[in-house]
Amino acid sequence: MSDPLFEFLCRMGDNTLVLGHRVSEWCGVAPVLEEDIALANTALDLIGQTTLWLNLAGEVEGAGRDADALAFRRDVREFRNLLLVEQPNGDFGRTIMRQFLFDAWHRACLSALCESTHDGIAAIAEKSLKEVTYHLERASDTVIGLGDGTDESHARMQTALDRLWPFVGEMFTGDDVDKAMTSAGIAPDPASLRPAFDEKVTDVLTNATLTPPESDFAHRGGKTGKRHSEHLGHLLTQMQWLQRAYPDATW
Amino acid sequence: MVTEKPSTETVFDWLRAVPDPEIPVLSLVDLGVIRDVAWQGETLEVTVTPTYSGCPATRIINLDIETALRARGIEKLRLKTQLSPAWTTDWITGRGREQLEAYGIAPPQPAGGPARCPQCRSENLERISQFGSTPCKAQWRCRACLEPFDYFKCI
Repeated sequence: MSDPLFEFLCRMGDNTLVLGHRVSEWCGVAPVLEEDIALANTALDLIGQTTLWLNLAGEVEGAGRDADALAFRRDVREFRNLLLVEQPNGDFGRTIMRQFLFDAWHRACLSALCESTHDGIAAIAEKSLKEVTYHLERASDTVIGLGDGTDESHARMQTALDRLWPFVGEMFTGDDVDKAMTSAGIAPDPASLRPAFDEKVTDVLTNATLTPPESDFAHRGGKTGKRHSEHLGHLLTQMQWLQRAYPDATW
Repeated sequence: MVTEKPSTETVFDWLRAVPDPEIPVLSLVDLGVIRDVAWQGETLEVTVTPTYSGCPATRIINLDIETALRARGIEKLRLKTQLSPAWTTDWITGRGREQLEAYGIAPPQPAGGPARCPQCRSENLERISQFGSTPCKAQWRCRACLEPFDYFKCI
């Protein structure tokens, strides 16, 4: 295992990077203009947060890599994002459901990180928390609007929830990196974030007339980098091609 | 070339003339992103905080600050980015709020929505979208005059 602090920062930065890229795929093709703008702005916030996390990761690593180098020059196995965020967009409903599930975890995580013993991490968390609170508010409203909407929107949201639920568990599983972070007071134990998540998700899903699957089966392997889904590699071929084809290109 | 170091008040006055690149009716000082101006020996240090972490204007803001201060003869300049405390719309000055409204952008309100239509002053409003043309804005519409308008989100 490399330095746990570096690993942890890559996990935070890779989550926002991969989800930010996924959400940006909607730019110009969302169902209505207002949603197009909302999705693009959400992606922008996430990419901005990525820059903060991965620049700090690069500083901690001390090997001269900055956020761009980490984002564009690592291959699939070096990515540390949750499996949830690399899942394809699907229809608009699935994109919103993925956003909601991630935002609910993200907000709980950032709230805890505001109390981090690491000043740099606490500062990034404080900055990001404001943006993510807004994301969660919008995602919650939209999940309720579509879940408790027409027969078709309800059915699509339930399908999205059924499909994405097996990726929820990974957000709350811990490993040696988490143990090192928790004992140093840098980051919370992932399992400790579950009650706040459950409370929010239960409230919103109830209002949305949606029911989470009973099985708690959880796919794993994203945050450790051991086994990403095949989708991440495809995403990287798009996201990284320019820097791969023209290293150090600027404009 | 300056022979004497200008006071930090003077530097603030200069920065009051630098407009925000996306909302040019507002100066960077009135936007509340200039957190501090201080001399560290012979170097002028300007502390800037980003509005939104991914806002593309952030880089332009730094460039505009540098350009403005270089034009005033400042040679040794350091721009410091400060994340904490995180920027809040509470830091927009009273003057800034008036300028926003006169420009057609409803200023932020703690209640979470605009107080009135910046065009006709009606309070009969509806939200179109939680996001708008820049990360800091949302879209609203006035039900009285039917004009859509930007609302500066309260964070």
